Amino acid sequence: MAPIIEIKNLTKSYRRGNQSIIVLENLSLDIKENDFLALMGPSGSGKSTLLNLIAGLDKADSGSIIVQGIDISLLIETELAKWRADNVGFIFQFYNLIPVLTAFENVELPLILTKLSKKERKEHVFTALKLVGLEDRMDHYPGQLSGGQQQRVAIARAVVTDPAILVADEPTGDLDRVSAQEVLKLMENLCSTIGKTIVMVTHDPRAAKKAGNIMYLDKGVLADDPQTSFQECV
Amino acid sequence: MILKLLFRNAFRHRLRTVLTICGICVAILAFGLLRTVISAWYAGVNASSATRLVTRNSISLIFPLPISYKEKIRNVDGVKLVSAGSWFGGFYINEKNFFANFAVESKSYLDLYPEFVIPSDQKSSYLKERKGCVVGVKLAKRFGWKLGDTVVLKGTIYPGNWEFVIKAIYKGRDKNVDESQFFFHWEYLNETVKKLWARRADQVGFYMIGVTSPDIAAVAARNIDKMFNNSFAETLTETEKAFQMGFVSLSQTILTVIELVTMIVIVIIMVVVANTMAMSVRERMNEYAVFKTLGFGGLFLAFLILGESLLITSLGCIMGIILTFPAADAFMGAVGDYFPIFNISTQTIYLDIIASFIVGVVAAIFPVRQAITVPIASGLGRIG
Ligand SMILES: Nc1ncnc2c1ncn2[C@@H]1O[C@H](COP(=O)(O)OP(=O)(O)O)[C@@H](O)[C@H]1O
Ligand SMILES: [Mg+2]
Repeated sequence: MAPIIEIKNLTKSYRRGNQSIIVLENLSLDIKENDFLALMGPSGSGKSTLLNLIAGLDKADSGSIIVQGIDISLLIETELAKWRADNVGFIFQFYNLIPVLTAFENVELPLILTKLSKKERKEHVFTALKLVGLEDRMDHYPGQLSGGQQQRVAIARAVVTDPAILVADEPTGDLDRVSAQEVLKLMENLCSTIGKTIVMVTHDPRAAKKAGNIMYLDKGVLADDPQTSFQECV
Repeated sequence: MILKLLFRNAFRHRLRTVLTICGICVAILAFGLLRTVISAWYAGVNASSATRLVTRNSISLIFPLPISYKEKIRNVDGVKLVSAGSWFGGFYINEKNFFANFAVESKSYLDLYPEFVIPSDQKSSYLKERKGCVVGVKLAKRFGWKLGDTVVLKGTIYPGNWEFVIKAIYKGRDKNVDESQFFFHWEYLNETVKKLWARRADQVGFYMIGVTSPDIAAVAARNIDKMFNNSFAETLTETEKAFQMGFVSLSQTILTVIELVTMIVIVIIMVVVANTMAMSVRERMNEYAVFKTLGFGGLFLAFLILGESLLITSLGCIMGIILTFPAADAFMGAVGDYFPIFNISTQTIYLDIIASFIVGVVAAIFPVRQAITVPIASGLGRIG
């Protein structure tokens, strides 16, 4: 079976002043469908950068990212926005809910861009909120929810459009241990029961253990095993 | 839901938004009042007719013309009606009680100014009474005058106490007619002048001329002036509008300053709103990045930000317009005597709306640009 995400010879650098810093160099990686992949590595190693490229939030300098047969590095900005809306769900470290919208409205947000009727949207939102166990909190504003609950609302928002891929950047980085466990369990379920492909960046070895697969990124180089220096930290 | 979002965004910082709205409200109020003052200033010009000319001494308005010119002017081609008049310059009890008062050739004057509406019985009793006078309703109300009252004016140009009997009270045919004038028979003035200052008798300050159509006004004016060329009192004839403009232009500098102030008020409020929008958008960069991440485009962000800006300016504008009316009434109560006409025109209200629309759009331009161009990754903030 062909991998759902194929990354070939990816290079990404940032300009700072007049010098450019290479963050990812000639990186290749295949991610299988229905995989739960954890990306680990020291701070500044380029994990977020790689995740953003996979999710179509940023453009690489060279190389290709083929997702379900589409090379997203060739898409222009508006095509990419449409592609993201259709194919990727996002979970952030700081939840990034819109504070003036209720839990229900936050989850409904991505559906505004679809052709669904108001009634259909409502059904989808209910389903997604039920999935994360927060249907009784749908009228609450983010400020009235705990961190763990906010992250679950964010997960509902990420899955409500039924995307094939979920990307999560340190989803438990801002949570206490119990909430973190809940969130990870939820993500594990999404992978095992509804067949999502998940790419998660994390610092937390406990979180990584929940994942089916772990990759280590250090100074722009990928490895199946942690580099000796990093292993010491872990 | 997008509108709900827009509305809630606008009131996220309630105090800031309310203060901004108050600012716009005050600016619109000032704008409306100043414009109303300007149009009050130009009221005489706006009320003037295109088929009326005014002839005066070419040296200056304060030099008179002989009454004998009247018949000559009447014979000029295109002239339908001629009336004559003089500034009387009297005041009632106290010099501070200023109002326009002049002596006119009553019959022709009333024919020439149909915008002064007088009941026909009052008109005929005025024409019969030697000491009769006509006053505007507004002026009558101001001094509590009624029909039949005897009124004494103190003369300044013609010293002494002058007695008049109010025989008619006129109303304006439409809103821009000055309802605070006072006029009486020139013959009454002239017979007294003849007795006391014989050298000043048989003279008038100006002729008012009705022509058959606006097209021939310029030609008729030229012909009248040509007729009195090289005579001992040369004339200057101009349209009523130009004549009225002559009074206004004395204060042209003040008007320019007022107009400048209205522009400055608008610019200041533009800066205030732009600042509010810039602050809001900067605080929400991270949310705009989330919208973009979810696939929302620049148009959506522009709609959200522009909509919020326009919502704030519209609320301020509506409040400002509503407050302009009582404010104008209060202002009128305080200084109304100097401005016989003081109406808020529909044009002013349209300008209020246009100005606040422009303010709303301009204030949103830079924030919209900023929100659209910031790359998602840096908008989300760099994490971990
Ligand atoms: N927008 C950016 N501009 C410049 N440098 C950046 C930017 N984003 C990330 N970097 C740099 O790229 C490197 C990798 O960053 P990042 O992918 O966020 O690392 P990680 O998520 O593994 O901690 C860091 O050295 C960081 O300073
Ligand atoms: Mg990171």
